[in-house]
Amino acid sequence: MELRRDVFQALADPTRRTIITLLALKAMTPGAIAENFNSSRQTISKHIQILTECQLVDQQQNGREIYYHLNPVKMKEIADFIEPFRKFWDERFNKLESVMKDYQAKNKK
Amino acid sequence: MELKTQVHAEDGKQELTITRQFDLPLELLFKAYMEPEIVEQWMGTKVLKLENKSHGSYRFETTDPMGNKHLFHGTIHEFELNTKFTRTFEMENTPFPVQLEFFEFERLGENSSKLIMHVIYKSLEVRNQILQLPFKQGINMAHNRIQEYFTKS
Repeated sequence: MELRRDVFQALADPTRRTIITLLALKAMTPGAIAENFNSSRQTISKHIQILTECQLVDQQQNGREIYYHLNPVKMKEIADFIEPFRKFWDERFNKLESVMKDYQAKNKK
Repeated sequence: MELKTQVHAEDGKQELTITRQFDLPLELLFKAYMEPEIVEQWMGTKVLKLENKSHGSYRFETTDPMGNKHLFHGTIHEFELNTKFTRTFEMENTPFPVQLEFFEFERLGENSSKLIMHVIYKSLEVRNQILQLPFKQGINMAHNRIQEYFTKS
């Protein structure tokens, strides 16, 4: 069985975050990406591979060159990931606020 | 518009921070965590035990729409009135490990205050699993799903 890569682990690495930032500006070839780092091309291509496996990055053949670009759908999914958790707490705190406002009103009388 | 409740879960860290601003005086916000009858109202839970003191403990019980009872408990490590408390939090009968929670309360104005909840999990994996729980249905329902989730994986 193939293990699905954890997106959060993929994003935990600073090099991979930098690659994401670079690709956010424009689609790039692996060579152009590697030029931004001191690491070997092999190391960088390993990082790109991980990002591709998580579908954070897509590749596109353009003539002889492969261009990598960000997958906006996947990036949005990550942004939405925390939203249900945040909403849960937001609703709970709204309730706290309204309960305490009632309490405050009652105790002022 | 800035969100009243914010969740900050940094990549690669086994912790998260929840912050919330309330249109309430600091003392009232703190009271919401202290008085069992009030806790019951906003958390929708039954307070079986709540000792607001250092080396104290608490235990809550919620009943989900199916009638199942779920228990939560922890130890209160430190308690400073209107300032902060630190506690552990554990869901009983689930495979989730205990988590450590730091609650800090700040006065912003006469009628506004802020809560900072800093939660530390046993591992990054546990944090991410907790974030993925089906919160849409509420934590009580989530409790049932947790069992499913873990028996599946």
